[in-house]
Amino acid sequence: MSVSPDAKPRLPRGVRLTHNEAQGGWVVLAPERVFKAEGPASEIVKRCTGEATVNEIVDDLAKTFNAPRERIMTDVTAMLNGLLEKKLLEI
Amino acid sequence: MDATPQRAPRPLGLLAELTHRCPLGCPYCSNPLALEPRAGELDTATWARVFDEAAALGVLQVHLSGGEPGARRDLVEITQAAHDAGLYTNLITSAVGITTETFAKLSDAGLDHVQISIQDSAADSADHIAGYRGAYARKEALAREVTRHGIPLTINAVMHRANIDHVDAMVALALALGAKRVEIAHVQYYGWALKNRAQLMPTRAQVERAVSAVEALRRQHHGRIVIDAVVPDYYARFPKACVGGWGRRSLNVTPSGKVLPCHAAESIPGLTFWNVRAHALADIWDNSPAFLAFRGTDWMQEPCRSCPKAKEDFGGCRCQAFALTGDARATDPVCHLSPHHALVGALAEQRAEMAYEYRR
Repeated sequence: MSVSPDAKPRLPRGVRLTHNEAQGGWVVLAPERVFKAEGPASEIVKRCTGEATVNEIVDDLAKTFNAPRERIMTDVTAMLNGLLEKKLLEI
Repeated sequence: MDATPQRAPRPLGLLAELTHRCPLGCPYCSNPLALEPRAGELDTATWARVFDEAAALGVLQVHLSGGEPGARRDLVEITQAAHDAGLYTNLITSAVGITTETFAKLSDAGLDHVQISIQDSAADSADHIAGYRGAYARKEALAREVTRHGIPLTINAVMHRANIDHVDAMVALALALGAKRVEIAHVQYYGWALKNRAQLMPTRAQVERAVSAVEALRRQHHGRIVIDAVVPDYYARFPKACVGGWGRRSLNVTPSGKVLPCHAAESIPGLTFWNVRAHALADIWDNSPAFLAFRGTDWMQEPCRSCPKAKEDFGGCRCQAFALTGDARATDPVCHLSPHHALVGALAEQRAEMAYEYRR
């Protein structure tokens, strides 16, 4: 299974993005697991609300960070597929 | 180079032993032999303060445990407080004492994950091991509520001689209960389990069968359920990195507020534990004598001191080193490099068919 541009990704119950100053920033929390979400990763995960499609997330990121859309699409898709594989994402 | 760092590492997890009360009497209970009484338990407001201090210290996940956390009448308020502090909340329960109504409130309070223990794959044997008639039936009922609320469920199967041959059935049960993860948790011999070691210890042949069963089950159920398992201590050649290293990743608060580097730490004589009633959690983590005792690698003796794995396994478990050698600074005798390693093999052979001494 992989993420399509029309999918609306969201974090399942039991998976949360949180900010913790002492741990140095954003982290994704899951059962018995913790993943650092550094830099762009947190910006992607923050937008996985179940409301926005992957296309819309990429548009938003391209605009916000003034970066080429194609490259962002590649990065976002790779990251979301990785999260999906680890069951940290629902589509 | 290897000196204790100026600033201690930040902990990721906090085990909150909300109470030592529990209706079950499992003979391998991880609580200390001297159970803390209800009268000394921290109140709701103090737990809420501890959670706030924990989050500020860097803690990300809180494990609400016991005893049976359901024995606390304020479990919902405690869970809410942990959630409000920004912590990921994990309820570790026997399922006995948590009603459908309570669970709905826990879900509303933001509970993130539930871990239910099972004692065996069949009711009679499970209830015998738990020392509580009807315990098994409660697991199914609570598991149903957990999955109905969409909360991820882990099944914790504690393995020992009486049930280690049931690994397949345990995993099948976990799947049937809707778990996404199952822990094949071999008994660790501290406290009550140490007392019952001869009754609980599996044979080497059993352990080998269980290890291959887990491998086969992982292949069979890949993508459906995650199976976590570790080799049981007494049959291992290398020690576990107990709690990820002393005072490095986690801390444990007892029902009365004592802060321990691990749940068995009180079994080591001479350690001084500070209490959340008297000290801020960060102060305890950074400065309390018990946390400083074995943090880092400065305390090590040979063969640990010069070992290339010193920073991987941190010499194994301090409590086990003390329990088996009388020296808490010794290499965990589970390690094949320990001069006491032969003792572990000899102890594993000391099995006896006697009644359990139940935790009471």
